Amino acid sequence: MKPRLKVLWLQGVTCNGNTHSFLNYPHLLYVLETFEFLYHSLLPSTYTLEEISTCVHECDILIFEGAYDPRMERVGTSLETLVGHYGSHAKYVIAAGSCASFGGMFKHSDPEHITGLGFDEKEPKGPFASSPKLINLSGCPMHPEWMGYTLRMIADNKPIAVDELHRPKELYSYLAHHGCTRNEYFEWKVDSDHFGTKEGCLFYKQGCRGPMTHASCNKILWNDVSSKTRVGTPCFGCTEPDFPRINMFETKTNMSIPQDVPVGISKRSYLTMAGIAKSFHIPRLEKRLIDDDA
Amino acid sequence: MKNISEKPATTKKEDRKTSIMQTALKLFSTEGFYTTTMPAIAKTLGMSVGNFYNYFSSKDQLAKELMLYISTVLGDKLREINMTDVSVKEKVTMIVHMYFSIARERPELIEYFLRVFLSNREIFTKECTGMVCVSGFVTELMLFFDEGVQSGELKDQDFFSALGLFMGYLGGMVFLNGEEVLTKPLNEYETAIAENIYNALRKQ
Repeated sequence: MKPRLKVLWLQGVTCNGNTHSFLNYPHLLYVLETFEFLYHSLLPSTYTLEEISTCVHECDILIFEGAYDPRMERVGTSLETLVGHYGSHAKYVIAAGSCASFGGMFKHSDPEHITGLGFDEKEPKGPFASSPKLINLSGCPMHPEWMGYTLRMIADNKPIAVDELHRPKELYSYLAHHGCTRNEYFEWKVDSDHFGTKEGCLFYKQGCRGPMTHASCNKILWNDVSSKTRVGTPCFGCTEPDFPRINMFETKTNMSIPQDVPVGISKRSYLTMAGIAKSFHIPRLEKRLIDDDA
Repeated sequence: MKNISEKPATTKKEDRKTSIMQTALKLFSTEGFYTTTMPAIAKTLGMSVGNFYNYFSSKDQLAKELMLYISTVLGDKLREINMTDVSVKEKVTMIVHMYFSIARERPELIEYFLRVFLSNREIFTKECTGMVCVSGFVTELMLFFDEGVQSGELKDQDFFSALGLFMGYLGGMVFLNGEEVLTKPLNEYETAIAENIYNALRKQ
């Protein structure tokens, strides 16, 4: 029998969100059968954290969750030592979530010292800056299927192509906008005034970052069912290096003009198209999809 | 043998179309939209009415294309200003100068906008609704305002409040000039108007 690949799941400055997300992976049993977890805070593991902290073992895959603060200690051993030891022996280093990828939410508590494993926002920095073994699965949290995909590719010994931010292209070449059920409202510039409605686009008033965010949330649905934008909550752009921004429930505008426009499209082109589309009134799109009072 | 410097047929047709639009603009803005007929425009151009309809199938279509044409001309000028590396304050001065220069050199462009487009909305409600025929110009104004707020020079406010203040002011002055009620030539108002507009829009 082929020996199981050894996985070590370490945590830095974290809320455990990515662990909780991963526990929703529908094929978790496959993961546990295919990989040996040397340590995970919740899953059955070979060693205790205390034993891991001695740095006498080695892993094939280091998964790191949370922001990286080299001074932080786990059972008396600094993250710098732990990550340095296990990362140097691992074939792959996976940053689980935006904090591990870019610094994320927790970076803001100490911007000078806290980073991601290989990036400080979008600038290469950290113990795995520019390392070819680094795979970033950004997201707050990352989608469980994204980790599942990455582990399956590694188990099958298949190459994982990554973008300039070390995110797998198969998962992050898409925008959260792709597959959004509100796309027709976006095309005709019909706004949504409230959260939680089936109708309207969330880009104009509610702060939606779908057209600027590399993520496959509307292609690989959450819990196989839905996504934030589908239920009427704006995409916060949580897979991008600038997450979290301030006032995430608001669209930043300058004299009513959106400051940011869909990625790769000039503002001149976007405003031309948007202005014309907004000139037409489409009664079907201005009504409730399902109107119980009608 | 064909002369290689001869313009292709499509370019010649476009040139002819532009020449028709320039004549139509002058007639519409001086004689009025409803009193100017398609045969009258054709006659001024020395064209047969039948040939004229090869270029524009109806008066409404001509009216719409004229507005698109004006918006493109003004939009291109404004785009040049937007691309210039100067302060927003200087750009306000440049826009005022550009607008008044056009009003002086090609008054039919502004007159058509004021006296035909704005005054006969029934002609433009179907295919020229909203931004459709003016997007070339309005888009550039949006970019100007957006840059102004981002640079910290202009106050963040509703787009139409700023648009009305800026273009309403300029249009009003050109209208007064057309009515010959101004006591000075239009260009002599440029400095004061640019200052007024900038002071009204700037971040306090």
